[in-house]
Amino acid sequence: MKPHDWLQLTLFLAALVLLTPLLGRFMARVFSGEPHLLTKPLGWLERLIYRASGVDGTREMSWRGYAAALIAFNIAGCVLLAVIQMTQAWLPLNPTGLPNVPLDLAVNTAVSFMTNTNWQAYSGEATMSYFTQMAGLAVHNFTSAATGIAVALALTRGLARRTSATIGNFWADLTRSTLYVLLPLSLIFAVVLVQQGVVQTFAPYVTATTLEGAEQVIPLGPTASQIAIKQLGTNGGGFFGVNSAHPFENPTPFSNFLTMLAIFVIPSALVNMYGRLVGNQRQGWSIWAAMMALFLIGLGTMCWAEFQPNLPAAMEGKETRFGVFNSVLFATVTTDASCGAVNAMHDSLSPLAGLVAMVNMMLGEVVFGGVGAGLYGMLMFVLLTVFIAGLMVGRTPEYLGKKIEAAEIKWAVVAVLAPCVCILIGTAVSLANPVGTATLNNAGPHGLSEVLYAWTSAAANNGSAFAGIGVNNPFYNYGLTLAMFVGRFAVIIPALAIAGSLAAKKTAPASSGTFPTTGATFTLLLIAVVVIVGALTFLPALTLGPIVEHLLLQAGRTF
Amino acid sequence: MCESGDAIPSDGEVIEGIARVDESAITGESAPVIRESGGDRSAVTGGTRVLSDRIVVRITSEQGNTFIDRMISMVEGARRQKTPNEIALGILLVSLTAVFLLAVFTLPAFAHYSERAAEQSGVVNVSLPVLVALIVCLIPTTIGGLLSAIGISGIDRLVRRNVLATSGRAVEAAGDIDVLLLDKTGTITMGNRMAVAFHPAPGVSESDLAGAAQLASLADETPEGRSVFVLAKEKFNIRAREMNELSATFIPFTAQTRMSGVDVPAHEGRQATSVRKGAAQAVQAYIESLGGTYPPAVAKAVEEISRRGATPLVVSADECALGVIELKDIVKGGIRERFAQLRKMGIRTVMITGDNALTAGAIAAEAGVDDFMAQAAPEDKLQRIREEQAAGRLVAMTGDGTNDAPALAQADVGVAMNTGTQAAREAGNMVDLDSNPTKLIEIVEIGKQLLMTRGALTTFSIANDVAKYFAILPAMFLGLYAVSGSTVGPLAALNVMRLHSPQSAILSAVIFNALIIIALIPFALAGVKYRAEGAAAVLRRNVLIYGVGGVVAPFVGIKLIDIILVALRLA
Repeated sequence: MKPHDWLQLTLFLAALVLLTPLLGRFMARVFSGEPHLLTKPLGWLERLIYRASGVDGTREMSWRGYAAALIAFNIAGCVLLAVIQMTQAWLPLNPTGLPNVPLDLAVNTAVSFMTNTNWQAYSGEATMSYFTQMAGLAVHNFTSAATGIAVALALTRGLARRTSATIGNFWADLTRSTLYVLLPLSLIFAVVLVQQGVVQTFAPYVTATTLEGAEQVIPLGPTASQIAIKQLGTNGGGFFGVNSAHPFENPTPFSNFLTMLAIFVIPSALVNMYGRLVGNQRQGWSIWAAMMALFLIGLGTMCWAEFQPNLPAAMEGKETRFGVFNSVLFATVTTDASCGAVNAMHDSLSPLAGLVAMVNMMLGEVVFGGVGAGLYGMLMFVLLTVFIAGLMVGRTPEYLGKKIEAAEIKWAVVAVLAPCVCILIGTAVSLANPVGTATLNNAGPHGLSEVLYAWTSAAANNGSAFAGIGVNNPFYNYGLTLAMFVGRFAVIIPALAIAGSLAAKKTAPASSGTFPTTGATFTLLLIAVVVIVGALTFLPALTLGPIVEHLLLQAGRTF
Repeated sequence: MCESGDAIPSDGEVIEGIARVDESAITGESAPVIRESGGDRSAVTGGTRVLSDRIVVRITSEQGNTFIDRMISMVEGARRQKTPNEIALGILLVSLTAVFLLAVFTLPAFAHYSERAAEQSGVVNVSLPVLVALIVCLIPTTIGGLLSAIGISGIDRLVRRNVLATSGRAVEAAGDIDVLLLDKTGTITMGNRMAVAFHPAPGVSESDLAGAAQLASLADETPEGRSVFVLAKEKFNIRAREMNELSATFIPFTAQTRMSGVDVPAHEGRQATSVRKGAAQAVQAYIESLGGTYPPAVAKAVEEISRRGATPLVVSADECALGVIELKDIVKGGIRERFAQLRKMGIRTVMITGDNALTAGAIAAEAGVDDFMAQAAPEDKLQRIREEQAAGRLVAMTGDGTNDAPALAQADVGVAMNTGTQAAREAGNMVDLDSNPTKLIEIVEIGKQLLMTRGALTTFSIANDVAKYFAILPAMFLGLYAVSGSTVGPLAALNVMRLHSPQSAILSAVIFNALIIIALIPFALAGVKYRAEGAAAVLRRNVLIYGVGGVVAPFVGIKLIDIILVALRLA
């Protein structure tokens, strides 16, 4: 690592630390219904939306009601998105005349965008019309992120409320997070991106003649508006196939810096907001510290693996415009935060760096994680940590004064383990099945890594691709669809159930007999639980993938 | 009806008569106890024996649900109901098991792919025995197997302290207690007021006062009376005089006169005197009725003693007030330290007493309780418990009387004294056979110990798995991707323990797994050592011992077993 790499890392961390409490405070105000910066300019719009849709934003919902509204909203959006794709040839804003999307791909893409995964088995510029991109995919970039925030809010309320039967109103949370957080930030960010050189046009693709006289089609489109939310909402679905490695998506080092920051800023600020809403900022910072530590451990390992002096071909697949460090930092951020945008080929990362990318996702996308999803995912681990730690101090475990009992443990375990189950079974079935291994680009352990990565990315709702594997076929399209679906809702429903169960409980005041869930001991314990659960589940699989590949590479053997 | 020599057939209440009952069968205490109708000592237990006299008992328990029955079923633990905490832990362990099953049984698919990729065949050992060995090592059998043992040993530790819990749930709840309601009498103080000083009236020597006080207490068999007697003897070496030697008449204490004393007739040149001791107002009225004057100095002494929270007793001889005896509640030795410990554990203590606020405050300060309730009626206790519970706290209390029953039932942990009424014993969820209210503190410790042992073993058991992976995975994949001509592939690097061979590695891991369960049984029964300190400190220590220790121990253990196996040429 060179001095300017260190400088960039420092700037990145400083910007993140600075923005976290600012945005966290703003969101805490927005979601607790207090007056805030945007009440005056946009408050009328919120009320108008409620009136137009016949929603009473103040009507409180039970967790079942909340979950039902959330699922109905998501399923309806998903169906609509699939229909748009399959009829795009007949819809407007298709200047390039792209055909309708086939069923398996349409279903895969619809679920992918609904679940905030943005797994793309297609190349945007060659498959999706401007209309599909804007009215379909970009809309879901907003709603899936807003859904994540809503679940995180519901769980936060569950912890903060005392003996309450309700956990908030889904429609109000959805509207407020979109209107006051995601839209304004995206707007600002899109304008900055346009200034940096990201394209934003309805014009058809441009045909250019290259120096050699060959004809080249240069795809264009309303990109900046979509890239902004793709990063901020940790969606990651690129406008173009190569995602943030495309000069029209990510033109300059500054845009690269901002896109990385944009991935982390909302997940990080949500943790801060959480601390404020439960009435103790240190609760938020303790969780944040665990996330930051896991991020730095991952980044450190990746850098160590990539900056080996005698590693062959370290530049392969890297973002050559911004250098190895920016590829590595981007890869860590995007896999930590469940974003899935990429500016380098993860397939070409050295084995251990690829291992880190996978482990980041296998931990359950809780290292800042997806917008909202990172927070509620990490809170599941917090509950497990509190349970074990509570036993060790000789009290029935409690978190923020709420007793953690069988119901919470049951749901937390489901939330933590459901994605793991998808990854292991999906990978095993793919490897044992000729259809699953037919499209592999690489032999040897790297092939195993490619399959494992695909399932991990889908189940963790990350959406980044290791690539090196052809996944646009019915087997992977439907299989990964299922993984994305389970990986999303098998965490959301438990999170809401826990929210409901905790909201109904009494809050016991803390005493010196209750162990503190703030401070270094708790943070370390939380990190240990996250790592141990991940390690115990995936060590055998990782051994036969990136670990053995690394050992072989050291012995000078490649496949 | 039970007469001497009869065994009491079942649990019940004495409705007529009084008897000495041998309860050694349940308490282990050989001295018989008095059981009488009415009052707070009316409960009798089936299986105990009447030693003298005759009582009529109304049976209150159903067949098969008597005290003895419950005691047997608790100790047997056969139909032990799982506590909520055990259920939650069970869910966690079952889920972990499911994940391990999945991780292990997806391995053949990964392994066969790798064999094809390495263009090798038969180098990966994913045969069923190996997979089963791996699964047996990984799944949390240790804690799973010991869970019941931990629960039963908790109950057992209570029984050994002569406390019977009606459910394991109550024992666990004891560990969570935030507030302890303690009766002053018998728990915090010795139970009876004791004479500590004589304050003579002007013109009276202290020894004269002591002599008169002792005379007045001659026939007073109450502990208070005895204490006056003893104090006079200790301070002035005044020898006891015999009642019949003086042919004195004893004037017993009545609620109307609020005095007691003796009338000594004139004898051999000695004047007849009437010595009285009693409440200040009563004695004052008595003196004035005899035409004497009540000295202001005495009134002042009375007031001062009251202000200190002690009880004044005025002594008079005929129409002269001789002075005041100061009676004080003696706080039990060591109780202050106990409360300090409880505070460290995060438990607040509340003293409950029928005394006035002044007395209660003085004793509370001396004993170091956090709060007190003076002039508390049974309803006040119930009210206080409800308030604490509404604030989210768990409350424990002890009680014996029938009027305690509602509060005992309301409290999260109610410990009834065995000498108490049947109603109290039914209402509480524990019975202390020794009827020692201080035991609540030990019960709390046992409850905490129970949960800590569970947490420690769970952590230890899960932490163990790391080493087992490092023993078995390299053993399974040793030959994978080996260059031709070699049998050792790159994954041998994961064999960080440098175990001798794949066979010895798997065998060592399995043997370690079996041995560790045996090694931990005594630990599960004895429980984690409990020290009264803050939760953060306890957590740090236990994580270090059972978490970090749990990761390290199997590495050492498996390596040792491997060395032994190799030395014995078993692998």
